[in-house]
Amino acid sequence: MLRFILGKLTYLIPTFIGITIVAFGFVRVLPGDPVLLMAGERGVSPERHAQLMAQLGFDRPIWEQYLDYLWRLMHGDLGTSLITKKPVLTEFLTLFPATLELGLCAILLATLIGIPAGVLAAVKRGSWFDQLSMGTALVGYSMPIFWWGLLLIILFSGILQWTPVSGRISLLYYFPPVTGFMLIDSLLSGQKGAFASAVSHLALPTIVLATIPLAVIARQTRSAMLEVLGEDYVRTARAKGLPTGRVVGLHALRNAMIPVITTIGLQIGVLMAGAILTETIFSWPGIGKWMIDSIFRRDYPAVQGGLLLIAGMVMVVNLIVDMLYGLINPRIRHK
Amino acid sequence: MSNATLPAETSSGAMRRRALADFWFYFSENRGAVIGFWIFVALALVAIFAPLLAPHDPTQQFRDALLTPPVWQEGGRPEFILGTDAIGRDILSRLIYGAQYSLFIGVVVVSIALVGGIIIGLIAGFFGGWIDTVIMRVMDVILAFPSLLLALVLVAILGPGLTNAMIAIALVLQPHFARLTRAAVMSEKNREYVIAARLAGAGRLRLMFKTILPNCLAPLIVQGTLSFSNAILDAAALGFLGMGAQPPTPEWGTMLAEAREFILRAWWVVTFPGLAILITVLAINLAGDGLRDALDPKLKRS
Repeated sequence: MLRFILGKLTYLIPTFIGITIVAFGFVRVLPGDPVLLMAGERGVSPERHAQLMAQLGFDRPIWEQYLDYLWRLMHGDLGTSLITKKPVLTEFLTLFPATLELGLCAILLATLIGIPAGVLAAVKRGSWFDQLSMGTALVGYSMPIFWWGLLLIILFSGILQWTPVSGRISLLYYFPPVTGFMLIDSLLSGQKGAFASAVSHLALPTIVLATIPLAVIARQTRSAMLEVLGEDYVRTARAKGLPTGRVVGLHALRNAMIPVITTIGLQIGVLMAGAILTETIFSWPGIGKWMIDSIFRRDYPAVQGGLLLIAGMVMVVNLIVDMLYGLINPRIRHK
Repeated sequence: MSNATLPAETSSGAMRRRALADFWFYFSENRGAVIGFWIFVALALVAIFAPLLAPHDPTQQFRDALLTPPVWQEGGRPEFILGTDAIGRDILSRLIYGAQYSLFIGVVVVSIALVGGIIIGLIAGFFGGWIDTVIMRVMDVILAFPSLLLALVLVAILGPGLTNAMIAIALVLQPHFARLTRAAVMSEKNREYVIAARLAGAGRLRLMFKTILPNCLAPLIVQGTLSFSNAILDAAALGFLGMGAQPPTPEWGTMLAEAREFILRAWWVVTFPGLAILITVLAINLAGDGLRDALDPKLKRS
């Protein structure tokens, strides 16, 4: 197992270096002078310009600048936001819990509905449930989620007035963040109605963000289940006279879960892309909205840092999924 | 020699016709796929004949008809079937012209990604060694970023606009094609027919494009339909975020962006453009599912 993990790690190092090159290169290939860009509308005198160029290291050879960038990165220095003047890493970490909470709720919702739906569709192949659920899954898979979010706002916030339109919690409540998760913090605060408010704010964004993963998980579970149900050992289990529930739940599901777990893990990239759109629509103060705002504000250090952290995160999660995969499937581990 | 070639050619033509008939047989087994296919054909016709079909010019502003509801709702007017937007443009006409943009985006993006991916994948798979390693590591780096995020950043570098959005999306979708091509080439390249062609003196380019490539096409076609719908969705998302096609272009995502502030006042300006995106993407995905089933010999047998 250790060799398997080490093998994966050595494989990832070049990818990570590539990611740093992209993040580093992003700012360099932008048209225009970096110092003028930072100075913005105010402009700078030629002397000050030269001084800043030297101070920021832009007058040195590009490979030296890159090594310098890597060096600072290894010390946890991702640069300073041009707008807020705060360290990019601090900004990221402050906003990250909001995205994590939303993402976890979404993936939980997608898994809890997707897997049972996929299993049931496979077991009752060709039934009305199969056709309905897979039809729905295909619609969900094809959904432009930014529109889906707007539709839900029209229905639940506009017509029914059940849920608020934006934010994480009503302005009536204030408590210091403990965990950064609004659901937990609101409970800890002990204020009446705070938890309900947090839930009502979270509901629509969660549904929107869960839509595509849910569809993918349901489809993948169904096809994995169908494949496994056709295997010899399942037929043997059936022939032994085991009840269907036991065959499906114990023999088939266990093996069908292997590709499904991989699929769930691979949804993190989908979730991060979805978070950009979902957080924009619901004004959710997380990483996705921060990234898009930073792009629009031309806050390049923030974009650079965010790009690196998000890609690094996706990479780490994929590594964990790979390891889990090796753990539950010995055939891969011992190859 | 000439005697032997002639029947071989006719039979290859017959085989092709036969394969096509086979393909259509399996494809048409899937009812959803056929429906998806015909919806797509209808959309293509709408896009081609947009100037004839659209009741109004998509950019013409009717100052006396701002935010007119659809014709079946109270206050609706018969000349604006799906209503008008905030500056009095006919939504139906804009949607019809929007079909041109969406299909154009899909075709261009998939063409760039497909051609680029095939060339890169062929080179990686055919030559192997360090060339392969370097190419595939670069593809891994591209795939490590969430696609929409990378496309957004690329557009930020290149500048907002439809052309740049298409380039960015093609670049982000391309590694999937490269990986598929490479995998297929690796499994094909040591087959006997390839070795035979090599022994017969076929050059590298001929081996790559004429001998190996045609036998790797099935997964690429399936990935192509998938990317077609992804390209439309991503371009609409970029348009929605203000980074894709710019107003007053009647691109569906851009229309949604313009409509956002009216969601609680005028449901129709938001509903119809999104519905158009959903129907288009759904039709392509339906057809894509059927295509996959028809082209995948493993599934065909079961």
